Amino acid sequence: MAAGNLPRSRIAPRKWAALTALFAALCVAPFLLSNFSVFQLTLVLAYAIVLLGLNMLTGYNGQISLGHGAFYAIGAYVAAILMDHYGVPYWLTLPAAAAVCLVAGFLFGLPALRLEGPYLALATFALAVALPQLLKHKALQPWTGGVEGITLVKPDAPFGLPLNADRWLYFFSLAVAIGMFFLGRNLLRGRIGRAMVAIRDNPIAAEAMGIDIALYKSLTFGVSAMFTGVGGALGAIAVQFVAPDSFNVFLSIAFLVGVVVGGLATVQGAVYGALFIQFVPNIADRISKAAPWAIYGIMVILFMYLAPGGVASFIHRISERWRRRT
Amino acid sequence: MDTFLAQFLAGLATGGIYASLALALVMIHQATRLVNFAQGELAMFSTYIAWSLVQAGIPYWVAFGLTLLISFAAGIAIDRLLLRPVRGSPALPMVVVFIGLLVILNSVAGWIYTYTVRPFPSPFPSEPLFGQHYISSHDLGAIGVTLAMLAAIYAFFRFTPLGLAMRAAAQNPESARLVGIRVGWMRALGWGLACAIGAAAGMMVAPIVFLDPNMMSGVLLYAFAAALIGGIDDPFGAVFGGFFVGVLENLLGAYVIGQELKLTVALVVIVAVLVVKPSGLFGRTLARRV
Amino acid sequence: MKHAKALASFTLAVACAAAPAYAQKKYDPGASDTEIKIGQTMPYSGPASAYGTIGRVEAAYFKMINEKGGINGRKLELISVDDGYSPPRTVEATRRLVEQDEVLFEFQPLGTAPNVAIHKYMNAKKVPQLFVATGATMWGDPKHFPWTMGWQPSYQTEGKIYAKDILANHPNAKIGVLYQNDDYGKDLLKGLKDGLGAKASSMIVKEASYEVTDPSIDSQILSLKDSGADVFVNIATPKFAALAIRKVYDSGWKPVHYLNNVSLSIGAVLKPAGLEKSVGLITAAYLKDATDPEWANDPAMNEYKAFLKKYYPEANVADSSNVYGYSAAMTLVQVLKQCGDDLTRANVMKQAASLKHLQLPLARPGIEVNTGPDDFFPFEAEQLARFDGQRWVAYGKVIE
Repeated sequence: MAAGNLPRSRIAPRKWAALTALFAALCVAPFLLSNFSVFQLTLVLAYAIVLLGLNMLTGYNGQISLGHGAFYAIGAYVAAILMDHYGVPYWLTLPAAAAVCLVAGFLFGLPALRLEGPYLALATFALAVALPQLLKHKALQPWTGGVEGITLVKPDAPFGLPLNADRWLYFFSLAVAIGMFFLGRNLLRGRIGRAMVAIRDNPIAAEAMGIDIALYKSLTFGVSAMFTGVGGALGAIAVQFVAPDSFNVFLSIAFLVGVVVGGLATVQGAVYGALFIQFVPNIADRISKAAPWAIYGIMVILFMYLAPGGVASFIHRISERWRRRT
Repeated sequence: MDTFLAQFLAGLATGGIYASLALALVMIHQATRLVNFAQGELAMFSTYIAWSLVQAGIPYWVAFGLTLLISFAAGIAIDRLLLRPVRGSPALPMVVVFIGLLVILNSVAGWIYTYTVRPFPSPFPSEPLFGQHYISSHDLGAIGVTLAMLAAIYAFFRFTPLGLAMRAAAQNPESARLVGIRVGWMRALGWGLACAIGAAAGMMVAPIVFLDPNMMSGVLLYAFAAALIGGIDDPFGAVFGGFFVGVLENLLGAYVIGQELKLTVALVVIVAVLVVKPSGLFGRTLARRV
Repeated sequence: MKHAKALASFTLAVACAAAPAYAQKKYDPGASDTEIKIGQTMPYSGPASAYGTIGRVEAAYFKMINEKGGINGRKLELISVDDGYSPPRTVEATRRLVEQDEVLFEFQPLGTAPNVAIHKYMNAKKVPQLFVATGATMWGDPKHFPWTMGWQPSYQTEGKIYAKDILANHPNAKIGVLYQNDDYGKDLLKGLKDGLGAKASSMIVKEASYEVTDPSIDSQILSLKDSGADVFVNIATPKFAALAIRKVYDSGWKPVHYLNNVSLSIGAVLKPAGLEKSVGLITAAYLKDATDPEWANDPAMNEYKAFLKKYYPEANVADSSNVYGYSAAMTLVQVLKQCGDDLTRANVMKQAASLKHLQLPLARPGIEVNTGPDDFFPFEAEQLARFDGQRWVAYGKVIE
């Protein structure tokens, strides 16, 4: 059951080779693809960071969240407000979004400690539903721009590098994503990760062994929100616009679907999930104009039939079988 | 005082809507230990089937009964066919399948019936009882139907061997099998009953809010909250929860916080209740033996 | 005789020299000898999916035009993409339409937030964002955004018209307002307040909002009734407008009831609410309602119904969105006809800004489409009408 385990301490040389090849491909891709595709890939990177965060909470720590769209929105609005109202440079908004969401997630995690399963799902669902209404409120309007939102400007490449805005943002997001993935991986394979999984698998035993459940569960919420917030900030800069309508309940649901389809409790699952979230609705739209979301739903169900452990576990199974043959 | 009473009764009427869908959620949880997010859309789809039957000229109560039967059969079919491949999976993949089902039903309903709002007939008289202005006869009738369903469900689980078998199958499938209970069919039965309850809920709700594919979207969250506040396994709790949420939402919006924040505040209150009583107001706190 | 021949050949030579200049075709990406590619984003899913029918009726209209030979020999290809009313998806879809599908222009992208999201982009790329399907007032700003134009009368215009009527007929009224808590609702409310001017704060005694996800608005109506208002301005989309009309009646409240025109359909709103409960409603309309017996024998209306039957049979005839889309499509066809063979983006905008006294068949009599280089509001006029239990009866003059 490799999909549910923690990342191994050392990456096998075979895996290094694959990762290096992937990295090379990712660096070359923007010069071969149209600006529009580069823009799409940038969104995939942002979503991958989000899903890594959600995976930490739901996959590794077993706390279901139907409300991560709210943290994505908070990250996006922090970035937008700082850039638009205070002229903060875009790259500085990311740590700011991370800090705000870390605190927000931790604060939300505290009362949520006592809630389990469907009760926690409801509480997080409530958060996702309430946030757009809050964002529209008159009192916050001078900051959030109300229903009409805030428009942002995409940054140009620094130091006069010969990259257009789309490509520069892509490389910036790639760097951030790689950084966040390393951070996440280290967190997960360290003591914190072990505590998370222990709490998920057997909370009573974990407590008996001295793990402070309250602290770790809230921390996990905070860290998970932090990752999601960074993704949200990146997404806002890429789309160049934030508005309450951008962050409705369906976004939170899509994140959960993405994380389960990608592969719970795996680091690579975040990437597969991000690809799913970004591209499957477009594919569905092309297949059927009349009922595109029906196609999306059918695809979601098919993925669950074929790979209940997610794409990551499916690929793992196939690669195991391949390795056994050679 | 006059308006307060009107607001209170309007809250009860809305609460009745939440309560009826919450009952379906409780039923499905009793049978499967899962919260079915697609329950609202299933109810909506059932209501459209009823609408089609009525449009075809079939008298109301015949259409009502037929819809219940069709929904019951559909629920069993969903469990036996659709959910079979993910049977052994942990909870989250099941939840995702429910989400997929939700999305499919909503989209297909919009495709077949378009998104235009349609009036749905009510079996109750259109003049309000005793000529008062506070609550319509339909609202009262719908609440009555909800309470009748509540009584039936309670009696079913408490007094019939079948109800006991269903609860046993859900709580402890291994032991239930040993005693000879067909666990798989118990679960399917639960699905069928939940869909039938949902259909009844939909048909009571549609005359109030008009029939359209997004009819249940707003209701689902509140029904969910209602079911949980009352304790997910307690049908009485669900109905109480429904009325509680309905009245709370109305009174908050009218007197405390204004309409613009009432959703937020209502949800804060619900979450606060759950934090204080994590298993719901009437739920039993399970003490686990270490 | 010799002179005549010379004159004839000379004239012929001049004509030949001049002819290529007239027959010169100019194309921007998306236009060619055989087709014109048009992009669109529409909410075919999500909370605003009821408006998806606008895209469908427009696609059907273009299909009909194509079957009749197209415009100046060119077929219209409408590429309409679902954005679920979510601005990030609108941005993505629009970038794809402009950069990958290379459409000539965008026609009737729907929704305020979605359009705000692409507003700067379209103007930076110099691609027309034509006949935007929302009534927000910001679309008529040719000086700053020369590539964006609205189509319908702005919400603020409508609000001002109601305000004028209230000041004229009920100067001491106490006004209660129900509005949808989004850009459309707030914009209409702003128009109302601007129209009331200094008296706004004293006349409006209660504002109650609702969300699209609310299952019921009974509570809001009760609060409004309780405030003592005797004029009620109903700024709600069809489903909620119907709920409001019904509850107002059932609760025994009898205000002067203004209904915003997005919900004026007799078949889709007033009937479900109850025709007898809708008597006395006042609206400011610019299009005809397909279910209004007033137009039962109107040839333009019959032509429209025949069109629906043939090209869009699953359409709901009572849905006013279909009249809207049909009329917008007609406006576009007029613009493209005026373009002739000069299908550059600049010329598309130029022709869109040169519509004079265009009386669309499904617009109310006397309400025309007019645009100019400084006037990017095609529709500005509306007609007040009162519902008598059966039809909308016009009263007063057409108001600009």
